Amino acid sequence: MSVKAAAGHGMGDKELRAVFCETLMDMAREDERVVVLDADLMNAAGTKPFRAAFPERTFDCGVQEANMIGVAAGLSSRGFIPFAHTFGPFAARRACDQIFLSCAYAKQNVKVVGSDPGITAALNGGTHMPFEDLGIMSTVPELTVAEPCDAVSVERVIRLAKETYGSWYIRLHRKPAPVIYEAGSEFIVGKANLLREGSDVTLIAMGYLVAEALKAAELLAEKGVSARVLDMWCLKPLDEEAVLAAARETGAIVTAENHNVINGLGSAVASALARGCPAPVEMVGVQDEFGEVGQVPDLARRFGLTAEEIVRKAEKVLERKKAR
Amino acid sequence: MNAKETKEFAINIRKETVKCIGRLGVGHLGGALSIVDLLAVLYSGVMNIDPADPRKDDRDLLVCSKGHAGPAVYATLALKGYFPLALLDTLNRPGTRLPSHCDMNRTPGIDMTTGSLGQGASTAMGIACANRLKGYDNYTYLILGDGEIEEGQVWEAALFAAAKKLDRVIAFVDYNKCQIDDYVEKLCALGDIAAKFERFGWYAQNVEDGNDVEQIAAAIDRAKARSGSGKPSVIVLNTVKGKGYSRIEGALSSHNMTLSPEMTAEALSELNEQWKALKEEELP
Repeated sequence: MSVKAAAGHGMGDKELRAVFCETLMDMAREDERVVVLDADLMNAAGTKPFRAAFPERTFDCGVQEANMIGVAAGLSSRGFIPFAHTFGPFAARRACDQIFLSCAYAKQNVKVVGSDPGITAALNGGTHMPFEDLGIMSTVPELTVAEPCDAVSVERVIRLAKETYGSWYIRLHRKPAPVIYEAGSEFIVGKANLLREGSDVTLIAMGYLVAEALKAAELLAEKGVSARVLDMWCLKPLDEEAVLAAARETGAIVTAENHNVINGLGSAVASALARGCPAPVEMVGVQDEFGEVGQVPDLARRFGLTAEEIVRKAEKVLERKKAR
Repeated sequence: MNAKETKEFAINIRKETVKCIGRLGVGHLGGALSIVDLLAVLYSGVMNIDPADPRKDDRDLLVCSKGHAGPAVYATLALKGYFPLALLDTLNRPGTRLPSHCDMNRTPGIDMTTGSLGQGASTAMGIACANRLKGYDNYTYLILGDGEIEEGQVWEAALFAAAKKLDRVIAFVDYNKCQIDDYVEKLCALGDIAAKFERFGWYAQNVEDGNDVEQIAAAIDRAKARSGSGKPSVIVLNTVKGKGYSRIEGALSSHNMTLSPEMTAEALSELNEQWKALKEEELP
């Protein structure tokens, strides 16, 4: 496998939005079809340098998410490749029908980028904290749903989205994040990335929880438990093969997501297992609650989105595995 | 545009629309018939299009945002030679290329998929942005229903179009005064539609008889003369729902209606009479 997990997983020095913008600019230089849309959040998305470099190819629509998605669909119908950003909840909730019909149903090539996934909405609080966007977007046929977790994966996923015809929903954390991947790691649509081999239990994580899962694997190793870690950066299409292999080879699964456990990663993994290889699953994620205001580490503890919680759930699932 | 030929074309579109909905026995007849005269004008030389090359990149494009008027658009496209008339028989049949609501991936000549009201307003603006980026001076035409403009998205798109100076957009409002549950005036009155668009920064015109091909064509000419003004154009067409089939004209019940074989025959006979009357005008 050509994925390279970085050593140490220290905090990256770059904001992910800066990587997002640089990637867009590189792609725009290479391909005149790339255009950028926003709904008055270019400042937040860090894409003002794009606007400065490509003013004609930038459509800041004002605070009108539904119209922005429709305009993006119109641009796509004429051969452009639009990247349309707003905060995740306003993409997935407010512009859901536009993403469904004008983009996916109409077989367009629109890349919707929803920023501030889950608890990373932090001080914007519950109104802005999407624990439901992955669930809503996963139910739209033919939409690819993805969440990168660090600088390398943001660059890879944004490029992959551009190179893969079809509409996408991409969750984007804007701030610096722990380094998970080494440069040059290869991403393939519908393929999970194996970050750590293990034989007793598999931790399947997405986004913010990937770094926590790697920490949890270290903590488990200290206790003599060998944990495999998968980054399920592409929730849809789901890498069912990797999920089933994990069940067959490790016999116990913990999912970890910065999202409601209903209709997110946990649900998708459980559904694949039920159909293909039943195995005990425990789900780390938001237990069907609304978000609330706070700093990210406090919110992570509040909603149980921590390495410690993953360890706890891993121990639980190992007991269930033993009892089978 | 030859007015008489365009009127004949409109009658033919109505006949094919009635026939294909009649064969199925049910469909959105009222709101299809109300825009037929507009379609006849657009496809009689107004739009720069080539039925032999439906995807020609610098063509004029049409977004029929009131997607349920699909059958009238399909009849128009078939008569223009985009596909054989026989395909109209497949309307809404299993696996058809002609679904109730317009679908750009199924039907040659359809430029945008619509069906959730309001969305075509935005996609039309996206098309206009794309055309400008490509350096074309082609037009993007947009057909909105009157009930449809109760959707907030239409007014988002209206603000956007004026702000971005999309002056190669010409929108039409099919003001047939009827929506599904009641008359527009009673249910969610729209007031002075042209004035509303004007306050949104558009060049707005009212066409007194929106089923008169000459009045429609004259309004489009005036709109085109304003290209370069920086203002998008809207033309409010005062139309009659169900126009051309007297039994259902202006009837709320004509939105999605049953069309029996007897009614189909009655409608076609009326349209044939209209055809004859038009021909007789030619006699000295």
